[in-house]
Amino acid sequence: MSSTPTLAVTAPDATIASRALALHPQVALRPEPFGALAYHYDTRRLVFLKHPDVVRVVAALADHPTVADTLVACEIEPQRWPSFERALAALLESEMLHDRTR
Amino acid sequence: MTALVDQLKGGLDAPICLTWELTYACNLECVHCLSSSGRRDPRELTTDEAKAVLDELHRLQVFYVNIGGGEPMIRRDFFELVEYSIGKGIGVKFSTNGAFIDAEKAARLTAMDYLDIQISLDGTDALTNDAVRGSGSYATAIRAMDHLRAAGFVERNGPFKISVVVTRHNVDQLDEFQALADSYGAQLRITRLRPSGRGADAWHDLHPTNPQQRRIYEWLLAHGEHVLTGDSFFHLNALGDENLPGLNLCGAGRVVCLIDPIGDVYACPFVIHDEFLAGNVREPGGFTRVWRESDLFLGLREPQSAGACASCGSFDACQGGCMAAKFFTGLPLDGPDPECVGGEGELALAGVGTGTAPRPMADHSKPPRPVPVSLVRK
Repeated sequence: MSSTPTLAVTAPDATIASRALALHPQVALRPEPFGALAYHYDTRRLVFLKHPDVVRVVAALADHPTVADTLVACEIEPQRWPSFERALAALLESEMLHDRTR
Repeated sequence: MTALVDQLKGGLDAPICLTWELTYACNLECVHCLSSSGRRDPRELTTDEAKAVLDELHRLQVFYVNIGGGEPMIRRDFFELVEYSIGKGIGVKFSTNGAFIDAEKAARLTAMDYLDIQISLDGTDALTNDAVRGSGSYATAIRAMDHLRAAGFVERNGPFKISVVVTRHNVDQLDEFQALADSYGAQLRITRLRPSGRGADAWHDLHPTNPQQRRIYEWLLAHGEHVLTGDSFFHLNALGDENLPGLNLCGAGRVVCLIDPIGDVYACPFVIHDEFLAGNVREPGGFTRVWRESDLFLGLREPQSAGACASCGSFDACQGGCMAAKFFTGLPLDGPDPECVGGEGELALAGVGTGTAPRPMADHSKPPRPVPVSLVRK
């Protein structure tokens, strides 16, 4: 098992670390041995969060001002940040996350 | 992707995709019915028992259930159960032949959140459809879709689904099915014919030929982005380098299962047979215990042998195909799928003695109608 999240990759969002994100209100997370399942009740989309650390970060997003603050609070090593930013950007793209400020 | 597939093969804490046949009662008697439906089983779960199952699924965080039958709308508590489920945060997708969707029901369905409807249709004309689903069933389905359109279902809830079992006789209509779906703002769903239930008898005449299978594969590669398949065609992946979208594995007992109308839990909707019966929701521990502890499901989550397919270069692509298709055609579970695109299935089928394939266990078909005798008074 790789130590980095392996979600569908889209172009990294250079500014995503500074954004205020949260799980979309219509999304439910279900813990599983590999991480979690995320289901969006509006889009009916099912996404696999394939690493427990991604699940921790996603669940904690709403408790911190920015993505960067969340990564720090979840004690994600700096060298892993780019892969987390890509994963979160993909989740934002698929509306599993939303921007709290918009 | 492979790491995830391995994880899924090891099973999940709860199913992703749970099919629940609410009743064996049906107004139709389709020749390929997976559950041999027709007559209601008197042991059917009561409303309270069904609600207790939904309470359990809620605790397990099952996101949605696929409700079917039989014809689920025949149950008098159909709306009560659907509303209860949605109220618990469990989305409902239900399959129907449309016979009970009139203007009033269409409006009621349209008003619900987290509800998806699949209208079954097996031909784009009455002749093709009714040959499989019975006289008048094409008109019934179209009328139901017209009611949904009039009620504004698509505008409020997104596309309803037109659900097609691909057969030898409708495989040439895929483009027409797509056009029909488009004309309603609906979404097309096509699935694989299984030799299950009454389909055990119909399969040999209805399943697509090998050249037709290639056409399905190529059609799905070209058009499949917006078409649902229930990930049921993964055995076709052996036809080329490109995998069809979706999970490439048999999810039976690992990510999917079936609850039948009397609460029996089977590994998947296509294997209603004692060999694949894991338990019953009425037993102590309920559904959760069956899912997590039944010997059958724990066994299915062990690494499976590729058996006779181990030396085939395509095994990674097709995963040996569908367990149910093998079982009900009399083939070993660790051998080729009867529709193996490499032709191994046909060879294997030739070695199956007539009448030796396992028979579906429960037949709920209606008794044959008596032939009316006209009395002529002399």
